[in-house]
Amino acid sequence: MRLKSLMLGACSVIAMAGFAQAETLTIATVNNGDMVRMQKLADDFTTQNPDIDLEWVTLEENVLRQRVTTDIATKGGQYDIMTIGTYEVPIWAKQGWLLPLDKLVSDKNYDADDILPPIRSGLTYEDKLYAAPFYGESSFVMYRKDLFDQAGLKMPDAPTWDFVGEAARKLTDKNKEMYGICLRGKAGWGENMAFLTAMSNSFGARWFDENWKPQFDQPEWKETLDFYVNLMKDAGPPGASSNGFNENLALFQSGKCAMWIDATVAASFVSDPKESQVADKVGFALAPDKGLGKRGNWLWAWSLAIPAGSKKTEAAEKFINWATSKDYLELVASKDGWLNVPPGTRTSLYENAEYLKVAPFAKMTLDSINSADPNKPTVKPVPYVGVQFVAIPEFQGLGTAVGQQFSAALAGQTTVDQALKNAQQLSEREMMKGGYIK
Amino acid sequence: MARAISTRRKLTFTAIGWLVGFVIFFPILWTVLTSFKTEGEAIASPPHFLFFDWTLQSYYEVQSRSNYFKHMMNSVVISFGSTFIGLLVAIPAAWAMAFSPTKRTKDIMMWMLSTKMLPPVGVLVPIYLLFRDWGLLDTRLGLVIVLTMINLPIIVWMLYTYFKEIPGEILEASRMDGASLAKEIVYVLTPMAVPGIASTLLLNIILAWNEAFWTLNLSAASAAPLTAFIASYSSPEGLFWAKLSAASTLAIAPILILGWFSQRQLVRGLTFGAVK
Repeated sequence: MRLKSLMLGACSVIAMAGFAQAETLTIATVNNGDMVRMQKLADDFTTQNPDIDLEWVTLEENVLRQRVTTDIATKGGQYDIMTIGTYEVPIWAKQGWLLPLDKLVSDKNYDADDILPPIRSGLTYEDKLYAAPFYGESSFVMYRKDLFDQAGLKMPDAPTWDFVGEAARKLTDKNKEMYGICLRGKAGWGENMAFLTAMSNSFGARWFDENWKPQFDQPEWKETLDFYVNLMKDAGPPGASSNGFNENLALFQSGKCAMWIDATVAASFVSDPKESQVADKVGFALAPDKGLGKRGNWLWAWSLAIPAGSKKTEAAEKFINWATSKDYLELVASKDGWLNVPPGTRTSLYENAEYLKVAPFAKMTLDSINSADPNKPTVKPVPYVGVQFVAIPEFQGLGTAVGQQFSAALAGQTTVDQALKNAQQLSEREMMKGGYIK
Repeated sequence: MARAISTRRKLTFTAIGWLVGFVIFFPILWTVLTSFKTEGEAIASPPHFLFFDWTLQSYYEVQSRSNYFKHMMNSVVISFGSTFIGLLVAIPAAWAMAFSPTKRTKDIMMWMLSTKMLPPVGVLVPIYLLFRDWGLLDTRLGLVIVLTMINLPIIVWMLYTYFKEIPGEILEASRMDGASLAKEIVYVLTPMAVPGIASTLLLNIILAWNEAFWTLNLSAASAAPLTAFIASYSSPEGLFWAKLSAASTLAIAPILILGWFSQRQLVRGLTFGAVK
């Protein structure tokens, strides 16, 4: 009898422990301002959901990518929520590695139709949303209004490459360490190739034709690379072939660049008087074009997704709903001000008068995002998805290899023709190996 | 007669020594300096060397954002644990190879070293799958096992070269006096090889402390050591130099202090013997 009651008691204790025990979500994320802020504000979520604990694994972008790819490919189950970009979503969804976020889409309160259409379509595979955007970005021109005025130049809202080239050369004074334009040169698929691929779209170039044949031997690519290398030679800073986002940001903030074409997220950095010496002198314009109907801007969204086979789906969905909702934007605004809300995901944000008041770059950001179409990124038809990348698994390696060729051309270690020839050979080999072409 | 060295020559050599030392130490110094700057100052060009507003802001932010002590304890357990287990296995192995070599000893040594020739990423997926099935992912035990394995060849090689310096006759003499094998290793060989063992120990703790591939790939939230702590502060898009430097300074501090205290031992061990 005693034994029985003892066992009963033990059972009920275990059962209660089971109920009381909080579920722990492990969230893998990248280290950037908006994500760090989400981590800080997560108390709001855990107070609403006391039965859910959050554990964060923050990693540098490339480390994170390798880490989560290993885990999801082997079904390691280490993470319940992963922060991934528009590059991974179509590839992983096709592999069946992600859970579709059907509940989120049908939730009226969440209002999935409010998500900016280009961002939503970048995260959709076969009509199902596989990741919820946390913040989105495009790229645009940031320029120094004061220098343009002094030189009697006027930056149009939608400039052409010819104008940008001309203005950059005019504003360059290398003796005074003043450079007309700062662009990415550091090799990498997410570094110089993000910029150059987006730029090549506006020149009418494409990575592959409809039959996956590499196109670096075509005149459009030569025109793109010639323009870029010559422009940087005439009007770029020295050592540009090792400059990435952070290096250019430092140059621009210290007043050494008249123009910088890069991620829209940079706008809040260069406009911050605490860090930027040119905070009140920056103007914004759309990425340049060549009159062919496509602009040289990219599209990216850091998004939250749930790996297939996750055992904590419900809690994970709850968290994603919280982090990418309209209420979250309000929460950030109430704590850190409207300037700091994660941009580029929701139409309603760009209709919010308070936001428009504090963010002078809001309209340009919205226009830039809306002018990018990941499903139809180029002038000529292509078989792939992605504006500044090609959403195939081989692209990370191939993009970086081609980026090294182009970086070498910029550094003057090789000619533009040779770099293109090498890029063509590299791509042909990779495409044959992947079985895309024979 | 000792060679007379003029004061001038001494001075020159000292100056050159300091210069070389400074050049080698400079990146670490720069990291430490940057950790006391604001983000804006960290990327200022031209950079400010010493005259800037010293601030602890980055340290404060790093502390408030992540749990340094958890990561440090993980690093301590993983690096010390893997080195001790490694030594336990390697001392008898090196003894056998140094004092009773066979025809194949050289080949075995080479084979052990060859395991270091494969790029680690080549075996990432198989090891990840094994760890998943054994439930070792994101555990300290798993990381201790994998780091023991990857550092074992180096430990064996280092100990082997130290043991080679010890005259076999001494061990023979102890055997003549009736010492058993275990006693021979523990009471005769080990005390004589202490400088060698100590420097092997230190070097391997440092190697394990700094190991970034396996520790990053096999850990997630609970077993992540300081390498993951550093990786969480770098970003290709954004201003994180000061915070990254603060995190790096915090991560290298324990091992730097350990290295400082054991400097003499380490140098003696590494230069032990006449032919090294």
